[in-house]
Amino acid sequence: MRKKECLALVLGVMLSCSRLWAQPTFPENGIADPRHGHYAFTNATIVKDASTTLSNATMVIKDGKIISVTAGGKVPAGAVEINCTGKYLYPSFVDIYADYGTSLPQRPPGAGGFNFAQQPQLATATKGAYGWNQAIKSDADAFRVFAVDDAKAKTLRESGFGTVLSHVRDGIARGTGTLVSLANDKENMVILKDRASAHYSFNKGTSSQSYPSSLMGSIALLRQTYLDAQWYKTKPAQEGLNLTLQAWNDEQGLPQIFEGGDKWNNLRADKIGDEFGVQYIIKAGGNEYQRIKEMAATKATFIVPMNYPQAMDVEDPNDARLVSVTDMKHWELAPTNPAAFEKAGIPFCLTTADLRDVKSFMTSLRTAFNHGLTETAAMNALTKTPATVLGVYDQVGSLDAGKWANFLITSGPVFAANTTIFQNWVQGTKYSIKDDSWKDPKGTYKVVLNTPTGPVNYTLDFKSNTAASLIGSKDTVTSKFYYDGRQVRINVAPERRGGQNLNLSGIVNDNSWSGFGTDSAGNSFTWTAVYDQPGVQKVDSARKRPTAPLGKVTFPFEPYGWEEGAAPKQETILIRNATVWTNEKEGVLQGADVLIRGGKIASVGKGLSDAGARVIDGTGKHVTAGIIDEHSHIAAASINEGGQSVTSEVRIADNIAPDDINIYRQLSGGVTSSHILHGSANVIGGQTQMIKLRWGANAEDLKFQNWPGQIKFALGENVKRSPAQAGQNNRYPDTRMGVEQVLVDAFSRAKDYKRGWAEYEANKGKKGTVAPRRDLELDALVEILDNKRFITCHSYVQSEINGAMEVANRMGYKYNTFTHILEGYKVADKMKAHGANASTFSDWWAYKMEVQDAIPYNAAIMHKVGLNVAINSDDAEMARRLNQEAAKIVKYGGVSEEEALKMVTLNPAKMLHVDQYVGSLKAGKDGDVVVWSDNPLSIYAKSLYTIVDGIVYFDRAKDEQLQKQLDAERLRLVKKMNGEKRSGAPVTPPMPTYSIMHTCSDHLHSHGFLTIDADHVQQ
Amino acid sequence: MKKILLNFLLLSALAATAQETVYPTPKQTGSTVITNTTIHVGNGTVIQNGSIVITDGKIAAVGKDVKIPAGATVVDGQGKQVYPGLILPVANLGLVETPSVRATSDVQELGELNPSIRSIVAYNTDSKIINTLRSSGILLANIVPEGGIISGSSSVVQLDAWNWEDAAYKTDGGIHFRMPALIARPRGFGGFGGGGAAQQPAVDVVKQGLEQVDRMKSFFREAQAYNSVATPEETNLKFAAVKGLFEKKQKLYVHANTVKQMLVALDFVKEFNFDVVIVGGSDSWQIADLLKQNNVMVILNQMHSLPTLGDDDIDQPFKTPAMLQKAGVVFAINDEDGQTRGRNLAYNAGTAATYGLDKEAALQAITLNAAKTLGVADKTGSIEVGKDANIIISTGDIMDMKTSTVTDAFIQGRKINLDDKQKQLNERYKHKLGIKSPF
Repeated sequence: MRKKECLALVLGVMLSCSRLWAQPTFPENGIADPRHGHYAFTNATIVKDASTTLSNATMVIKDGKIISVTAGGKVPAGAVEINCTGKYLYPSFVDIYADYGTSLPQRPPGAGGFNFAQQPQLATATKGAYGWNQAIKSDADAFRVFAVDDAKAKTLRESGFGTVLSHVRDGIARGTGTLVSLANDKENMVILKDRASAHYSFNKGTSSQSYPSSLMGSIALLRQTYLDAQWYKTKPAQEGLNLTLQAWNDEQGLPQIFEGGDKWNNLRADKIGDEFGVQYIIKAGGNEYQRIKEMAATKATFIVPMNYPQAMDVEDPNDARLVSVTDMKHWELAPTNPAAFEKAGIPFCLTTADLRDVKSFMTSLRTAFNHGLTETAAMNALTKTPATVLGVYDQVGSLDAGKWANFLITSGPVFAANTTIFQNWVQGTKYSIKDDSWKDPKGTYKVVLNTPTGPVNYTLDFKSNTAASLIGSKDTVTSKFYYDGRQVRINVAPERRGGQNLNLSGIVNDNSWSGFGTDSAGNSFTWTAVYDQPGVQKVDSARKRPTAPLGKVTFPFEPYGWEEGAAPKQETILIRNATVWTNEKEGVLQGADVLIRGGKIASVGKGLSDAGARVIDGTGKHVTAGIIDEHSHIAAASINEGGQSVTSEVRIADNIAPDDINIYRQLSGGVTSSHILHGSANVIGGQTQMIKLRWGANAEDLKFQNWPGQIKFALGENVKRSPAQAGQNNRYPDTRMGVEQVLVDAFSRAKDYKRGWAEYEANKGKKGTVAPRRDLELDALVEILDNKRFITCHSYVQSEINGAMEVANRMGYKYNTFTHILEGYKVADKMKAHGANASTFSDWWAYKMEVQDAIPYNAAIMHKVGLNVAINSDDAEMARRLNQEAAKIVKYGGVSEEEALKMVTLNPAKMLHVDQYVGSLKAGKDGDVVVWSDNPLSIYAKSLYTIVDGIVYFDRAKDEQLQKQLDAERLRLVKKMNGEKRSGAPVTPPMPTYSIMHTCSDHLHSHGFLTIDADHVQQ
Repeated sequence: MKKILLNFLLLSALAATAQETVYPTPKQTGSTVITNTTIHVGNGTVIQNGSIVITDGKIAAVGKDVKIPAGATVVDGQGKQVYPGLILPVANLGLVETPSVRATSDVQELGELNPSIRSIVAYNTDSKIINTLRSSGILLANIVPEGGIISGSSSVVQLDAWNWEDAAYKTDGGIHFRMPALIARPRGFGGFGGGGAAQQPAVDVVKQGLEQVDRMKSFFREAQAYNSVATPEETNLKFAAVKGLFEKKQKLYVHANTVKQMLVALDFVKEFNFDVVIVGGSDSWQIADLLKQNNVMVILNQMHSLPTLGDDDIDQPFKTPAMLQKAGVVFAINDEDGQTRGRNLAYNAGTAATYGLDKEAALQAITLNAAKTLGVADKTGSIEVGKDANIIISTGDIMDMKTSTVTDAFIQGRKINLDDKQKQLNERYKHKLGIKSPF
C-alpha cells in the first residue's frame, strides 16, 4: 500500500468510527478522548426477543453494552437521549455461517483429483508437524487470520446483522470459527469469542492430496480421525507430535458445525456424529424440504440458507425439453425450505451463506414468508437460536442488560416490506443505514419570506428529495428542489407572470428550515419554513398476486416419485394361473398361483385362495423371483476411492443415494435387489452394500436387512492404472506382480493387527498394556479373515485369478465371488477347488486388453464345471435387461432356460448369502416377485408388475399414469417459469439437466447424451 | 433338433484350427438352394415353406415354387428361419481392435475438417471382432471414421475378405458430419471436492457450436463452387472429396441427437439439397413428421440406452422406432455398444418389436432399411431376385436371444465359415476341462 492511501485509510477509520474506549496497551498519538457511548433510547417499541415486546420503552447503553431495557424508563444522568418515538428497536441478527473477514485459498487447477490425466499426490503437501492428510485442517483457527473488512461488514449490517461466526471454509476438518461483531474497529475489540466453534465438511477444499477422492473416502477419513485423535490422547510414542490431532482434541468441546449442504449429506454427517457422540449443528443446503422428516430425526439444529434458484429461460421448447421437472420443481419449492423446518419443529438458524448477493437477504426472507415461514420463527432463527447453539446467548441475540449493544432501529416491524432500517448499532457504535429517513421530512411546510416589502407566505409541498411545489396565493408551481437532510435549496418562479424568480438556500434543523434568498430583482432576504403536516400518503396499490398452488414434494424428489401418502403399500397379492418359475425342485409350474402376504411368499401352488387378496390374473403370463444384480453401481453418491491402493475403510453404505431414477427404471426390468459395489480403481476397494429397490425409501430403508457384508477387490489393468500414460502412474502397484504383493502386504498387516488386539484383550488391565490404534482399514480385513465379510473380486485373466487364489490360500482368506471373471472358463476347476462363485457378463469382450480372450461361453463352461454362476450388469442400462442377458447363456453354451434364469435370481442370491430370503419362489421367502408378459428369457418379455416385500413398486399400467402426471407437471412448470420471465424477474440461461453416472471405471456405457460418466468429470 | 446338433458338431470339428486358418470362401460357382424354409424377405413380408436359389452369387429365385437347378447344392432349411444378412450401419469394426490401446485404434484423425479421410484404407480384414459378428448374422458393416466435425467418408464392407479391397462393398458412400453439441454445459461438474473444474472459463458452447456449423456451411459453399469448375485452378483434396454429395452419389451422415442439432441438419437439406441421414437420433421421435417431410432417414445409434432425461418415458429409446415408423420415417437400427462390439444388433431390433414395432418392420430396420440408409438397397438388404445372396439361416427367431443361433451364412452366395476366435477358445477349454460338446 502506498503511504498516502495508507494515511487516508487510517484517517478514514478514525473519522468513521468513534471508538468507545482506547485500548490501554496501544499508545495514543494525540490527546486522549475517552468516551463511554452512554445513550438512552426513549419512547421506542423495543422487541427484546421474538416473544417479548415493550412499548414506549427505554434502552440505556454504555461502553458498548446494554445497561437496561425498561418500559417507560428514565434517561439516566450523563446519557444522551435519543428519542425513538414511533420507532422500533430489535436485537441485530446473528449469522453463524459466515466467512466474513477470512479469505479462501484456491486449490491449484486440476490438483487434488484422482484420474488418469494426472499423477496422484499420495502424501500431504503441508509442511510441519501436522497429520497425514492435507484436508484435515483442525489446526486452523479463524481468529488468527481474521481481519476486519468494513466493505463486507457494511453489506451485512445493512441487512440487519450485527454478529457473525466466521470460519475458513476449507477442508474436511476446518479448525475453529470465531465469533465477531460487525463493528469497524480493531480486531482486538471485534472478536467476541476467539474459539467459538469447530467446523467440518465432506469437501476437501484446497487439499491437493488425492485421498480422499470420494464422498465415502471423506466419511472414512473423518471416522478414522476421530479414532486417531482418541488414541493420540494416550500420547503414543510412535506418533510423535501431531499438531493436527492435538488441535482436533482441543476443539472437541466447542459447538461442532458440519456443512452438509444437501439433504442426504446432512444425514451422512449426522450419522458420523452419532457414532462418535457428537451432535453436529448442520449447515443445510436448501433441498431439505424434500426429506424433512429425516432432517427432524437427526435432532440437530440446522443452519438454513436462502439460496433459491432463479427461474430459467425456457421459452425455447428445445431448451425446455432438456430441463428436468425436478430442477423446475426445486425452483418452485426451494422458498418453502425455511418454512418446512419451522413446520417440522426443527430448531434452525438462518444464514446469508450461499446467497448470490448478501443484499438480497431481506428479499429472500420475505419470499420465505410468502411460502409459509412465520416472522416469529425467522426472528428466533436470526437471534436467539444461533446465539444459543453457540453458547453466547449471554452476549448477543436479545436486548437484555449485560449483552452487547447490538441492535437495529427501524421504522416499523423489522420484516415488513416498507420498513426502513435507520441504524444498526454494533457494540454501542452507531452505523447509519438510512439515517436520512429517521424522520420523514415529507409533508407541507409553512414558508415565510422576509422580503423588504414584508413577509410573504407560501406553502411548500415536499414530495421527495428532488421534488416539491410551492403553493402561493394564486398558483401552484413546481420548483427545482434539493434536500439532503442537512441543506435545502429551492429555485422557483412563484408567479407565472412577471418572470420573477426566487432562489432560496437554507439549513435544515429538524422540523424547521432557515436560510437566505434572492429574487430576480436582486433583493436579498431571509426565510424560514416550518413543518406543518404530513403529505397525503399514497396507498400501496400493488396487491399481492394470489399464489397459485405449488407442486407437491414426491418421494424421491424425482420423476415417478410418490406423493405423500401415495406410495404403494404392502398388499396381499394372489397371482393366479400363471407359468411359475419356482427356481426350486418343483421347477416351472404351469397354471399355478403365487400368494404373497405380509411381505413374504405365503405359498406357491395350484388353486390357492385368499379372500382379501388383490388378484392378478396370470393367464398367459410368467412369474419369477425378482432379479438380483450382483454387480451394480446405481444409487450411490460416489463409487471409487482411488486415492490409495487399499481403501477397505470406505463403505458404499455411507453414501447411498436414494434419488437415483435408475432404481425405478430397473424395477421396470424386474430387478428387486442390487449389490452396490465399489469401483475397480484399487486392489482393495471399499465395502459394498446390498439394497432392495424400494423406490422412495431413504438410504437406511433401502438397505437389504440381514445381509452379511461384502467388500470389493480388483485385479489387473484398472488397479495398475494401465490407462495412464506411460510413466504417469506413481501409485503402487504398476504391475500384476505388484498387485500380488499389495494383497500379501495388506493381509500380513491385518494378521499382525488382529494378533495385536488379541494380545491386548488378553492382557487388558495389566500395567503397561495399551490398546492398539484402531484402524478401520485393517478392521475390514480382519473381518475377511474371520469370514464375516466376503470378497467380490473384479478379475479378468487367468494368471491374476490364480495368483489371487494362491495368496488367499497362503494368507488364510477366501474369495467369495470373482466378478467379471471373463477368463473364468480357463480356471473354472481351480475356482471350484477354492470355493469361489462367479459373476460374469454374458457376451462382453474386446473393450480392453485383458478381455481379449473373453468368450460368451464363459458362463456355460463355469456352470458345467459346477460353479455357482451369476450374470451381472455393471451398467445401469443393461441392468434392466438382465433377464435377456441370462437368455444369452441358453444361446451360448446350451444351458437350460431354468438354469439360465437362476443366473440372475437364485445364483446371485447364493453368492450374496441371502438365498434364505430371496432368489426363488418358496413359501417363507421375501415377496420379491416379477410378473412377466412373456417367457422371461424372451426379448419380448416385459415386467408388468415388480413386487418387493409384497409391495408393487412397479406396475406398468400405473407407470403410464405417472408419465401423464409428469407431463402435466412439466407443462405447468414451464408455463410458470415463462410467466416469471414475462413478469420481469431475472432468469438464467437454460441449463440441461445432466446426470452423473458412476461406473466401475472399466468400460463404456450407453446412457444418453445428458449423462456424464463420473470418471470423465474433471476433478 | 438332431440336425441342429449335427451342424453344431460340424462347426466344432472345423474349430480345431485358429481363426488364422478360417479362410474367406472363394467365389460361388454353380447354384445353391435353401429349401423348405421360412423366409423373412426383409421388406416386411414372410414366405412360409419357401425356397431360395442362389446362382453366381445372386439370388436367382425366391418363393414357394421355385425351380431347383440341376446339380445345385441343397441346404435343407426345414424348421429354420432365413433372413437377409444383417447390416451394421455404423461401426468402427476393423479400425479399432482394443479401444483402450491407442496403437490398435485407427478411427480418429487430427483436425476438425477431414472430408478426404477414407475409412476403407484402414479397414483390417483380420480383426478378431469380424468373425464374431458373422456368428451373430451380421454380414455387412459400414465402417465409419470418427472425430472432428467432418470425420471423413465411410465405406460398406462385406465381412468375408482377404483384404480391404476385397471387402469393399460400396466405397466412400457417405461423409460423416459430427454436429456440435449445441447445448449448454455447466462450468465443470466439480467432481468430488470441486477444485480445478470450477476454474474452467465459461464458454458459450451453443454459440461456439453454431459458429462451427457456419464454418462448415462456408466450406460446402466453396466446395460447391470448386466442384462446378471442370479444372480448378489449384487442387483442393477436401473440396474434391465431397463432390459426390452435390451429385447425390454420396450421403451426408449427420451425427445428431437433439432437436436443435437435427434442425441444423435439415438446413443442410434445404441449402445444399444433400441426401441427409441422421445418425443417433435420440430425440428424433419429437420431430418425426418433419424428418418425413424432408425425406431424411435416421439411423438409431443405440436402442439399448437409457432415456435422455429422468422425465422421459422409461422406455423411450425402445419406443422410438415404432414412433418413427408411424410417421413414415425410413430408419435403421444400429448397435454401437462398446463392450459387445455390435454383435447384439438383432436384439436391439427385437427390443423395438417388444415396444410397438411390427416384428418384420423391426427386421427391416437391420436389413433393407439399413441398406437404404447406406445406399446399397439395390444390391442387398432383402431376399429378392437379382440382389446379392447375402443370407443367414438361424435356428429360430434371430431377434430373440435364446433362439438366435446362426447355422449358415452366405455372402454373395459364398457359404462362409462361421467359426470365430470365441468358439475356438470354447472348444479349447471344454477340451481342457473334459466337457463334452454339446452340454
